Parts: sequence; structure tokens; C-alpha cells
Amino acid sequence: MLFPDLIRLTTSSFTAYRLRSFLTGLGIAVGIAAVILLTSIGEGLHQFVLAEFSQFGTNLIGIQPGKKQTHGASVGILGSVRPLSIEDAQAVRRLPFIQYVNPSVTGNAEVRANGKTRRTMVYGAGHEFTNTFTIRVQTGSFLPDDDPSQARAFVVLGSKIRQELFAGQNPLGSYLRVGGQRYRVVGVMEPKGQILGFDLDDTVFIPAARAMELFNRPGLMEIQVNYQPNADLDSVVRSITGLLKERHGSEDFTLVPQEKALEVLGSVLDVITFAVGALGGISLLVGGVGILTIMTMAVAERTAEIGLLRALGARERQVLALFLGEAMLLSALGGLAGLALGVGIAQALHWLFPAMPVHTPWLFAVVAELSAVSIGLAAGVMPARRAARLDPVEALHAE
Amino acid sequence: MIRLDKVSRSFTVGDQEVAALRGIDLDIAAGDYVSIMGPSGSGKSTLLNLIGLLDRPSSGTYRLDGGNVTDLTDEQQARVRSEKVGFVFQAFHLVPRLTAAMNIELPLILAGIPAAERKTRVAQLLENYGLTDRADHRPDQLSGGQRQRVAIARATSMHPAVLLADEPTGNLDQTTGKEVLNLLEQLVAQHVTLIVVTHDPAIGGRAMRQLHMVDGKITNEHL
Repeated sequence: MLFPDLIRLTTSSFTAYRLRSFLTGLGIAVGIAAVILLTSIGEGLHQFVLAEFSQFGTNLIGIQPGKKQTHGASVGILGSVRPLSIEDAQAVRRLPFIQYVNPSVTGNAEVRANGKTRRTMVYGAGHEFTNTFTIRVQTGSFLPDDDPSQARAFVVLGSKIRQELFAGQNPLGSYLRVGGQRYRVVGVMEPKGQILGFDLDDTVFIPAARAMELFNRPGLMEIQVNYQPNADLDSVVRSITGLLKERHGSEDFTLVPQEKALEVLGSVLDVITFAVGALGGISLLVGGVGILTIMTMAVAERTAEIGLLRALGARERQVLALFLGEAMLLSALGGLAGLALGVGIAQALHWLFPAMPVHTPWLFAVVAELSAVSIGLAAGVMPARRAARLDPVEALHAE
Repeated sequence: MIRLDKVSRSFTVGDQEVAALRGIDLDIAAGDYVSIMGPSGSGKSTLLNLIGLLDRPSSGTYRLDGGNVTDLTDEQQARVRSEKVGFVFQAFHLVPRLTAAMNIELPLILAGIPAAERKTRVAQLLENYGLTDRADHRPDQLSGGQRQRVAIARATSMHPAVLLADEPTGNLDQTTGKEVLNLLEQLVAQHVTLIVVTHDPAIGGRAMRQLHMVDGKITNEHL
């Protein structure tokens, strides 16, 4: 038997049992659609989260006080370690491959200007903050490169603060009170939007040394290091660790390379995507049972036809091929429909809720279609074998 | 052409052994027109299935076209059926969802004959049996006589040496039955060996050789 004829014969039974074939195919289609839809959302979420975390660049290392052996809280809180100082940050800055360094301290304080008061986040930063995180200043400039011990009382506003306190006027040169102290506005940041619930637009930036004073902290909360993208991460980490150990006398700090954190995050998100995909896979399995049922019925119904085919010279293998082909074609067509359905719904969701990240990788589509075909194959094997092994004489006289 | 030597066939029904054929000796020459008559249960259909290689003898030997075909594998049997045997059934056994033309084409498809050749053969057969204008009709749109003509066209599509007909007129009225029989008999003139199983003496009587069966044995033969 030639292949086109096999296709012609198997499709003839689809047209003869239209509704039944449609419903069986639908079972597979729903399964594939569920897998595609769920993995599309999972993958979209994956990309969204990674993009959020890597928007400041991936060539960053955070240095935090306290040695973290496990995932517990920093022991730095207990005060048994030396705090990270601005001098530490300056020392790190002089290491090879380091491009920028930002010492940071954050907290909440009341800011006041033009008779308006607002409680907001205060970010104590270094003069290289904008370079470290590739954020831009809209007007004016960022904090100057002052001697940390005598940093001038300058402040840079987030775009939202500027809007709230200096609506419709140029804030440059104006004065702003942060926690009771007077600061002169030297710049306004570009709007950045919320980043994982962290609103950089509703923030004022002051020199790190002054922020430490303001919040009465002995040290920095974190030093962010921006290294040359082509530098080897391990050697950068080694040189920073060596330097700080020498300065502190022991390893009482923790290095968190963004790249490593993203790797961990990525693998967690992969597991989530896989898990939701597996949930969809359950409905695919149910669709496979549908095919098994329908093919078993088809063999019972067409027993006389099988007998006839054998009388006309069909071999067992040909009968097997006919029924297997029917099961596989049915699930392949159902799979294609499900693919269209899944991608369609995913795109519709994205269109209705633009905030919802959706992404369908081609690999998933191919894998889904292949699994549909193999489910059809697996479901078709038993009925097809039964058909092939029927005794021709008995089959011919079945009604 | 066909030579049966002491062929027996028995079935196990429950825990009982039932003999359908008992020591049949039969010789049929190429181009013979043979009818097998007898009451139901006499084993005539079993004999036909055996000759058509749908079944195997329990003992004895069967030679077809000079070769021993007693112990062929399923695969080999299917090949011989495809090349040498044509079947015509009482209930026509057309595939309901296929057109008349495609029903006729089925044996050619199964034998893997290229599409172009199939097309000319099917067109010729449709014309021979006066079915050209019914080519695209499905069996349920055909009359009984037309259906049996499709079945005969299908049975002859591979140019078989032996044509086996099991009560070919059983589901037809007398006039159509005569027509169908005439068509079958025309094949004998083309040197096809025709074997007709029937319980109707009027039909069986038209054959050159008439075999009577009772209880799995051939009791007498009229020439």
C-alpha cells in the first residue's frame, strides 16, 4: 500500500464519522491548548521576572555585611561583624576590572518643600549610582564626587517626588528638608516606574555618608559593584573577597553576583513552567484515553470491513497501519487545532490584559505536537493490534 | 488448478470437536465452472474459505496453481489471495464510506499498484460493468444489482485465476440475480475458474460441475 493511499483511506473514515472524529480530536486539542497556554504564561512570567531583575545589567555584584552560610537572615544584625564602610567601597573601586561602585543605605524619612510634606524613601548613594545601574538623570546632574566625610548637602529627586513637591516649577537650586536637614536640589531622575514593588520615582537620593548619619547606622547596607562585562566573574569575586578579608581580618561579608542570582531564579522559574505544563499534560492524557475509546469502538464496528480487507489481500500489517494511521492522524490534527487554540487564547489574553506577560516558545509547540502524535500512536496500538489479529473468516461474518 | 487431498477441517466449539470438512478430495481445472450445493452446515462455506486461503485445513494438503499452499504464513496467504483469488459475497461487503470507484480500487491499493495504472483499470472495470455514471456514488446510493456489480468488478480488478462466490444472488431478486450470474459466467469464458456456493438448485444447476455436500463430505457430482 502506498502512503498517499493510506492517508486517503484513513481520512475517509473521518468524513464518514464527522462528529465523532471531531469530538475525539477535540479531546486532544483541549489538552494541547492547555499545555501551550499554561507554558506560554509560565514562560512569559519567566521572561518578565528575569527582565525585571536584569534591567540594571547583569554585570553587578552586591556586597552585604555579614557572612551568610545559609539562606537565613544576616548575622550582621547581631553586631558581631565589622560594618561595610564607604572606605571599603572606595578600596573596591580601585581593583582591576571594576567600573563603578555604589555604596548604599536606604530608609524612610519625611521630606518637606514648598510647605508640603511627604514621607518617602531616602536612598543614600554614591556619585556613581547612575553609572552602576545605568539609570539616567533627566535634568541637572547626580550627586557630585565629594569627599565622603564632608559630602555637601545635595539631593537628587525621583520624578514622582518632583511632581508632588515642585509641580510646574524648576526644582533645581531649591531647598528640600530631609529628616530636618536642609538639602539643595541638584538634579531630577528620569521616570523609572515600579521595580518589584520598589518605587525609585518616589525616592530622594542623598550622599551615602549623610544617609548613614540620618538613619544612625554604623555602616552601609550594601555596596553594588559594576564590573567590566567581559571580565571573568570568578576572578573579580576572588579579588573583592581578598581585599575585604584583608581590610576586615575575616570574611564577615557576602558577595551576591547578579548573574548567579539570575541563574537560581531562572531554574526556579523553569520548574514552575514545567509544573504548569505538566498540569496541562493531564488533560492531554485524558484526550489520549478518548482516542483509545474511539478506536476500540471503530474496530468493533468495522469488524466485517476488516474481514473484507483481509479477503481482498490485505496483510495483518496493512490493517495495523490503517488503524494506527487513523489514531495518529486524528491526534495530529487535534494537536494542530489545539496549538492554534492555545496560541490564540494566549495572544487574546495578552491583548486583553497587556500587563500579562505571554510567550510561546517554538520548541514547546513542536514538543506538544510530537507528544500529541505519540499519544495517538500509544492509544492506537491496542485497538489496531486487535484489528490486525482478527480471524478473517469470523470477521467477514460479523454484523 | 485446485487440488485438495484428504482435506479435513474441524473446529472446537466449547469442549467439543466439530468436523466441518471430512477428507475432501477435489480436483478443479483452470477455467472450470463449479457449483457447490448442500444444506446449511454441510461445510460448503468452509470449503470455499479454505480454497480462498482465508482458512487452513486441519489435515490434508491443498495445492493451488501447482504450488503447495497448505502451510503458508498469514503474510504469504494474503499475497496469494491478492494475486490469485477474488471473492464475491452474498452481502456484497462494500465499504460504506467509499465510492463505487474506490471500492473497486481497494484490492489495487492494497497491492500497492501505482495510481496512474489503477485509474485506467478502474475506469475500464466501471465501463465493463455499466457503472461509469455510478462511479462517485456510495454503496447506499446504489441498487442491489449495482452493488453486486461493484463487488464483481472489485473481485476481478486484480485479474484473479479463481473467483469464489458465496451465495452471490442470495440478496437479490430473481431478475437481478440472473443478470449477476450471467456476468459471473462471462468470466468463465475468459478462463477464470469460477466456484459458486449456493443452496439453490436452479442456480447451481447452471454450472458445468455440480458438487453436493452433506456433513462435510462431497456425496455426489453431476457433470
